[in-house]
Order: sequence, then C-alpha cells, then structure tokens
Amino acid sequence: MTEPDANRDDPETPAARWHSLWLLTLGPAFWTMHFLASYITAAIWCAKFAGRAGSLETVRWLIGGYTAVALVGICLVSWFGYRQHKLGQATLPHDADTAGDRHRFLGFSTLLLCGLSFVATVYIALTVVFIGTCE
Amino acid sequence: MTLYTSRQIGLNGRHGGMIAPVIAVGGCDLHGPQSALSPAGVGAEQISSLFWWMAGGAVLIWAVVIGIALYATLARPRKKHDVQGARWLIIGGGIVFPTVVLTILLSYGLMLIPKLRSTGNVDLHVAVSGEMWWWRVRYTSPAGEPVELANEIRLPVGKRVSLSLTSPDVIHSFWVPSLSGKVDMIPGRENTLILEPTKPGTYRGVCAEYCGASHAFMAFRVVVMEPQDFEAWLTHQAQPAVSSGSPSARQGEQAFLVNGCGACHTIRGTAADGRVGPDLTHVGSRLSLGAGMLPNDAQTFARWIGHTQQIKPEVRMPSFGMLPEEQLTALATYLSGLK
Repeated sequence: MTEPDANRDDPETPAARWHSLWLLTLGPAFWTMHFLASYITAAIWCAKFAGRAGSLETVRWLIGGYTAVALVGICLVSWFGYRQHKLGQATLPHDADTAGDRHRFLGFSTLLLCGLSFVATVYIALTVVFIGTCE
Repeated sequence: MTLYTSRQIGLNGRHGGMIAPVIAVGGCDLHGPQSALSPAGVGAEQISSLFWWMAGGAVLIWAVVIGIALYATLARPRKKHDVQGARWLIIGGGIVFPTVVLTILLSYGLMLIPKLRSTGNVDLHVAVSGEMWWWRVRYTSPAGEPVELANEIRLPVGKRVSLSLTSPDVIHSFWVPSLSGKVDMIPGRENTLILEPTKPGTYRGVCAEYCGASHAFMAFRVVVMEPQDFEAWLTHQAQPAVSSGSPSARQGEQAFLVNGCGACHTIRGTAADGRVGPDLTHVGSRLSLGAGMLPNDAQTFARWIGHTQQIKPEVRMPSFGMLPEEQLTALATYLSGLK
C-alpha cells in the first residue's frame, strides 16, 4: 500500500519537539481518569450520602458530565493524532526508519488508542445508565 | 470421600448439544446438582441466559472476523477489491461489528443487574455466616424464635429469600450455581443475596473464595421444598433435641457432655450450649457431615469424631481418636439419632 518514494523523509519533516510520546498516552489517560472519577464519586456517594439502597440520580448527572469531558478530550487528541498520521504524502504502514514515518506512526497509534479509549469510556458510562441505585 | 465427585459437578441446559463434544471429552455429567447451566432459580436462569447470549455473540464475532480473514487469504475474486473497499471490510468486520455486538451484550448484562440485586418483596430472611470451614445458618421460626442450624439450607419453592451473608474470620464466598450467582462474605460487612428457587430438589453449594487449608471441603446442601413441607421442617427444627432413648444413645449423650463437646456445640434441650462449632440439635436429620463432605450415618459419624483432623485438615475441632471405641460408637449413635 506504500506509494513510491513515500517512505523517504518529507520536506515537512516535523520539528524535534514533536517526537514526544506523550500524545500517545492522552487517550488512555482520559479513559483512566474517567473511570477513577466515576468509580470514586459513586463509592463516596453510596457510602457517605445515599446509603446501600440509595438512588444514583445525582451521580448519574456527574458521571454524565465526566463522560462528556472525557469524550471531548479523546476526540481532540484523536484529531491531533489524525493530523500527525496525515502529515505529508506517505500512507500506511508508516514503517520506514525516518523521522517523518516515526511521527506519522505515533499519530496513527494515537488515533487507534483514542478509538479504544472512546469505546471503553462509553462502556463505563453505560453502567450508570442501567444501574440506578447503590444496591 | 466427598459426596459429589467432579463427574457430578457438570454442565446442563437446553443448549447442551452445542457443548456435548466438549463435555464428552471432559467427562462431565449433564445433570449435576452444581451446574450453573442447569438453573433451578430465577437468578441462575438469568445468568444462564446471559451466558448463552454471550457465547452466541462470541461465536458470531469469531465467525465474522475469521471469515473475513479466510476471505482475504484464500478467496480469489474475479474483480479485486480496491484499497478503500478492503479497508472498510476490515474496519466494518474487525472493529464496528464486534463493538456493536459487545455493546448490545454489555447492555443486556447491565440490565440484568438491578433485577438480580433487588431486595424488594422478600418472603423469608435467612442469615448465613461462612466460618473456617463450615456454614452457620440462622432462621426465624414461625413462633419468632431464632433457630440456628449448620451446613444445610432449606428453602420454599417459589418464594423470594433474602440471605444476609457475613464472616467472622476470613473472606468466603457463597455460591449455589443452580440457584444464583456468587456473593462474597466479608468480615465486618453484611452482603445480601436474593434466592428465588423455581424447582424443588437438592442442590450443592460451595465456598467460591479460597479461605484456607480445608477450603475445598467447605460445601453445603440446599434443599428446595414445597412451602408447606418447609413450614413443617422449620417448626421441627425449632424444637429441642429428642434422643432415640436407646441405651447406646443414652451412653452417647453422657459421653458428649463428659468429654466437653458441649463447650463448642449446642444441643438444645441439653446442657450443651457451646457456640464455637455447629449446632447439633438435629444433626441426624441433615444430609451430610463435615460441611458437605461425608454421608450422614452412625458409622461415618464415628470416623468423623475419631479422625477429624485427618478428614478435614486444620479444622478447629480436634480428633477424638483417644476415646474408647465403645464411646465413639455411642457418641455416633446418639448424634446420628438426633433427627
């Protein structure tokens, strides 16, 4: 699938500061933070306020808010990943030993991890859609 | 030594045909008393249904993904797919389709939880305490008095029963696969499990959380009875012990009290009022000895009393093999006669 000459370095080779791996971690980080925030909020609410048979109505709104923030964050990171992946003219699989392909590979990996994180975040949120009490 | 062998702890269900070859290889019985796929309670029916839907979903995803992989590697279509078309085949079959199926299955599983956990409309409350390595069971008699039993739970068919589950020592887990899911018994906490048996019968329960040397010997029976039979049984269990009165049984009662057995065991109607071990007031009426381990007859009872530590390692009850054979026999006759 690689186009002729696609793997040589592009004229628009990214700056050294773009070689960071941090972008790769941001999607799963949103997923992790969303999970922890949701779990801890529900645990404190049930243990300290609602009681064992109490309603999760308030927590539902809070977790809904967390979910919206996490999904927007994941979408933003995906967009940055997609832009990295699309830099220059090269196509997949971004496996050449060049600065440009490393940059594109990290972008594509970021995009895939964001997809996984998006689905996982939605799955966590589904819990409070179907379960309405602390029981 | 155990009452149920691994052969009896099998799988069952109307979908048994699908897994018959696997079972044949594994040597399992389709009609075991400890089968999550042979449900006899509302909870187990829902869990069994979920299992089959999830198994079906997994097979569907596997078939689509492997089907596309085989198509990609083996098929020789006249007109080759363009890159864009092939990519959508991969994304559709490998990502979108599995995600949609898993989302449906997850939603179905989550929808079941409130029904399984609901504590409303309960007909009967039973307290069960998991202790190393037996089960303390407390009912309230029709007269309102607490009735303590051990290692056997009887339930009325068609009634919703709330079990409050506790533990005084380590974490245990209460599981009767034929009736419902498992719930942990955690020291310092009271968990609730709802059972709603739908078929009369005798089922096997186990401790599902490793809890020490004799964890594997911590089982129990659940007998599901018609409601009127259950009421009669509970009324009988609330009564004090009645010995058979034979000379051997009288000698056994004396031996029980003289040898200090009453420091750990209660036999209502006698001076024995210990609380460390199981209540033995109607021990002769139970289906098993040693928490689901042994058949309940006088001969096995004598072996249990004389060789407790060999049969159930590290259990708190010492072996009483030092007693004369005559006393052991008399003790066994007395206890197995407490119906």
